[in-house]
Amino acid sequence: MSETVLDVTALRFAWPGSSQDCLRIEELRIRASESVFMYGPSGCGKSTLLSLMAGVLQPREGFVSLLGQPWSGLRAGQRDQHRVDHVGYIFQQFNLLPYLSVIDNTMAPCRFSQPRAQAAVRRSGSLRAAAGFWLGSMGLSARDWDRPARDLSVGQQQRVAAARALIGAPALVIADEPTSALDDNRRNAFLDLLLSSCRETRSALVFVSHDQRISDRFDRQLLLPRLNQVKVETECES
Amino acid sequence: MIRFLLSLALRSAWNRRFTLALTVCSIALSSFMLLGTERLRTDLRGSFTSALSGTDLIVGARTGSVQLLLYSVFRIGAATNNLRWSSVQAIAGQQGVAWVIPLSLGDSHRGFPVLGTSKDYFSLFHYGNRQALRMREGRPFADLFEAVVGAEVATRLGYHLGDRIALSHGSGELGLTDHADKPFVVSGILQSTGTPVDRTVHISLQAMEALHVDWFAGAPFPGARISADKAREMNLQPKAVTALLVGLHNRAAVFSAQRSINGFSEEPLMAILPGVALDELWDVIGTGEKALLLMSGLVALVSMAGLVSVVLASLGERRRELAVLRAVGANPRSLFFLLTVEGVLVTACGIVLGVLALAAAGLALGPWLQASYGLTVNLDQPTQLQGLLLLGLLACGWLASLYPGWRAYRLSLADGLSPRS
Repeated sequence: MSETVLDVTALRFAWPGSSQDCLRIEELRIRASESVFMYGPSGCGKSTLLSLMAGVLQPREGFVSLLGQPWSGLRAGQRDQHRVDHVGYIFQQFNLLPYLSVIDNTMAPCRFSQPRAQAAVRRSGSLRAAAGFWLGSMGLSARDWDRPARDLSVGQQQRVAAARALIGAPALVIADEPTSALDDNRRNAFLDLLLSSCRETRSALVFVSHDQRISDRFDRQLLLPRLNQVKVETECES
Repeated sequence: MIRFLLSLALRSAWNRRFTLALTVCSIALSSFMLLGTERLRTDLRGSFTSALSGTDLIVGARTGSVQLLLYSVFRIGAATNNLRWSSVQAIAGQQGVAWVIPLSLGDSHRGFPVLGTSKDYFSLFHYGNRQALRMREGRPFADLFEAVVGAEVATRLGYHLGDRIALSHGSGELGLTDHADKPFVVSGILQSTGTPVDRTVHISLQAMEALHVDWFAGAPFPGARISADKAREMNLQPKAVTALLVGLHNRAAVFSAQRSINGFSEEPLMAILPGVALDELWDVIGTGEKALLLMSGLVALVSMAGLVSVVLASLGERRRELAVLRAVGANPRSLFFLLTVEGVLVTACGIVLGVLALAAAGLALGPWLQASYGLTVNLDQPTQLQGLLLLGLLACGWLASLYPGWRAYRLSLADGLSPRS
């Protein structure tokens, strides 16, 4: 049995100023190398749960632990460091720095995290080689590596965002609707790359999407309204 | 990591170069205004206090010290009484007195005051930082009817060496050239000094006497016109002068010399210390300086508010970038470093640009300010207050640049990365 990467126990979350919980999850465990597909209607709290998993938001009750360390036991600065050391995040809007080159964007998390930089160097010999490896794995040719991120197509930017999330083998990769802007062919190719890469790095993957056609490609499917014990009538988003 | 952050700061700045160029220009304008106003304020006072230098005492008939200073140095107003020539000689002969420069005022030339004085004036009179008068062209008066004009007189009236000029009695308000029968030739033009000397026509004491040989009680003596040639043959020893500039061998003796003159037994005289009288006068007329000081303060406030508003205007653009940086792992210290590097560099660039613009404006407008307003702009002498103002601008720019970082850090990652429109 693989070790638990993410542990959600007796979680209750309410937005500040609201007396009513919008998320109540008794237990959720995600293991290393496991891929989880999370879905649900808009406003059901998917992004909120992702923020709780990444330690950006804190629960009102219960705890969320990453690699056995509850986020609530860390100060803000420590949470930032724990996050960059162990979480790779693929944002819906990619969030690349447009003026940085493709390779510099990919290496960015290693600039702020020693463990990820060391893991990347251990794997490939140097940061640049590690970034090159992941960019190559994502199908980006070497001639694109030094181009500014702003010059890339949407699909290319998405693959750079994935390479950035995977570099340094973080324990948890969170992907927040990363395929929403892709056509079917590109979406499938991207999923192939992402799933195989996470298996290779033994990273747990939490993938959020509305597109249930791809759900069977993941080890586990989570319908959030079923997981969430709060039957909300209002949207659980900020 | 520092190298990476520096490179990130530079590339981020280059990415926002047009916004930053506007910020730099705004800071440059602020620095220019702030330093320019402060420079003018300092130089205004400097120009005022530099009107006289190296003179230990000013002696005149008993009156107020400010009044004596006004008419003897600034050629403003008129003396209530004169000093007898015998008194001048007695003071010149006093122990401790190194030199005297007699001043005889009262006439004018096309609105500019005429000063009768001795040739020593051109070597012993000092202004500013103990600077002596220098001839731009020509030489001091040698012939009886020769005149030396100040730089502004020459420029405004277009005079050259050899030009003939006629003097007026009194302030010349009536526009009559009352001394037209005794014309003068311009023998020299002084270099600009930024003092009342620039606005003065200098003639010899004997010439001043010659102008008035056929005058009595302030009016031409009826039927007794004496020609210029005839006047040359007369005894032109002055009988009285308006004031006297006195230099001492030893400045430490200035108070005893002052007491001695104030107690002069032959006629009631007073001696004043120019520095003290200048300060008294400045207290009276220095409201302009206070207004400029107030203006400096207002300009500083507006400049800094402008700087903050320019930075805040680019907040949206910056907030997104900082939130992305935070999302990929930049901690508060890294963001602080990035913003500090950019804030300090941008503010410093703006200040340097502003200082250069001020220097260029000073070089370009300096002669005009000197000629039009007698204001000498000393760009090479920065004041302590200017240094403090620049430091204030730098600190303000730095603090303003930190604000977006503080905002970005306060906003949660989720909000920063998925802004609701």
